[in-house]
Amino acid sequence: MSQNPRQGIGRLFRLRQEIPASIFSAAGFVVPVALLFLWWLITSLGLVKPLFLPSPGAVLEEGWRQLSEGILVSDASVSIYRILIGWLAATIVAVPVGILMGNFRIIEGALEPLISTVRYMPVVALIPLSILWAGIGDMQKVLILFLGTFFQQSLMIMDNVKNIDRNLIRAGQTLGFSNFEILYRIILPAALPGIWDTFRITIGWTWTYLVVAELVAASEGLGRRIMDAQRYLATDTILFGTLFIGLMGLLTDYLFKKSGRALFRWNNQSR
Amino acid sequence: MSTALKTKVAIDGVGKIFQVDGSPVTAIERIDLDIKENEFVSIVGTSGCGKSTLLNIVGGLDEPTSGEIRIDGARVLGPGRNRGFVFQSYSLFEWMTVKGNIRFALEKSALGKAEKDELVSHFVQAVGLSGFENAYPQQLSGGMRQRVAIARALVYKPSILLMDEPFGALDAQTRGMMQELLLKVWEDHKVTVLFVTHDVDEAIFLADRVIVLASRPGKVKKDLTIKLPRPRSFELVTDPQFTVYKREILTDIREETLKVMALDRK
Repeated sequence: MSQNPRQGIGRLFRLRQEIPASIFSAAGFVVPVALLFLWWLITSLGLVKPLFLPSPGAVLEEGWRQLSEGILVSDASVSIYRILIGWLAATIVAVPVGILMGNFRIIEGALEPLISTVRYMPVVALIPLSILWAGIGDMQKVLILFLGTFFQQSLMIMDNVKNIDRNLIRAGQTLGFSNFEILYRIILPAALPGIWDTFRITIGWTWTYLVVAELVAASEGLGRRIMDAQRYLATDTILFGTLFIGLMGLLTDYLFKKSGRALFRWNNQSR
Repeated sequence: MSTALKTKVAIDGVGKIFQVDGSPVTAIERIDLDIKENEFVSIVGTSGCGKSTLLNIVGGLDEPTSGEIRIDGARVLGPGRNRGFVFQSYSLFEWMTVKGNIRFALEKSALGKAEKDELVSHFVQAVGLSGFENAYPQQLSGGMRQRVAIARALVYKPSILLMDEPFGALDAQTRGMMQELLLKVWEDHKVTVLFVTHDVDEAIFLADRVIVLASRPGKVKKDLTIKLPRPRSFELVTDPQFTVYKREILTDIREETLKVMALDRK
């Protein structure tokens, strides 16, 4: 037990210290692979009935079936379309609202209590109302995704904006810029790396609301497929669908990280 | 500096009361100061003596509760392009290059493109940043960033430069170099400077006049004219007369610090 912590396994467990990059990325593979192996082991030893936990092979087979029958592509395109429209609609409103709340105390005072309350309201509970308001078409799905995204997003953008150095605004005032010019030429670009990160996080949340959005009156979509499978106890379909949505979320995350790095080359923090 | 010079900044009975948790706190009781054209004035005092508040009021970024500021006889009602501001936190536009930052300050100027380009390159050179025109602020050291901020604050030819502990975040060696650079720029471009600092050596080394502020509430404790020859270089800090000024100011500040500590104990 009196091993030198600077050697052996101990060097990986020093507070806030760098570890070799290869070990860092390897660690990210080891955990899922170990879980996958455990999953395979449990199912192939027959410890659990396939109804409760289908084998990895069965889930993969289900994925292949959906892909070859064209179901996966049509489900995914319908869902991606809804995600994009729902998230964009939320973003288009949340960016100006967040920026105004972050810069004008009067607007923060007027909206913050309301938004903070609404964001705790369960979106699932709003499904009946959303049908009443928006019908049973795509609009209703988009509305649910909007409601699930907008409130959190506008509060986060408010914080992004508040985090910029106040002296940047003072410099702008001294240089003779108007309030509006300072908002869009100084505050917006200064807060943009933070706002971009908020985009990355919130589109992840939009993905998690997909199943809720496609709960009612949908014939297609990744979420719909999962809900349908429930009726037939097709656990392989449920598992595949869930994993696939996770994968899409991961991909979106990656795209935002990559584009953020390309857009904000001036920013060391986003590298 | 001769007394014939005209008043550039008149600080006339300025007071400032802040509301802290609903109760009024007097940051500045009353300050009267006349600052002459092209004068270099340092303001020193303990933390919380209101020196940054005073600078913000002169800059038009904060309103006085009483009294007024006049620049060239005209009352200050807000920020304006006759003043340039340099902050301790650099406060550069990080998404713009060095040149872009300086150029941005000229946007509201009526000059033509060629004249603006010339001004930008003149100031890039004046602050010693030639070769770094296209670098982004985060690629620069603290001293270099502050050079960009100085160039940005001077490029549109304000007649007053307001500096709020501009070298406070720099290491001692860089700070010394920046002080000499600032004096050179000031001598070449003739502006009135109001320079807030904690550092007594820095205050004396740079200024024609050092104002010592008393704390809680802030008011002028001492107005000391620094009769040291110019141009100045770093050896000046070993001059016997420099030491005399330093002793006097340090004594004042120590007195204020003891007073504040006694207040805090209550």
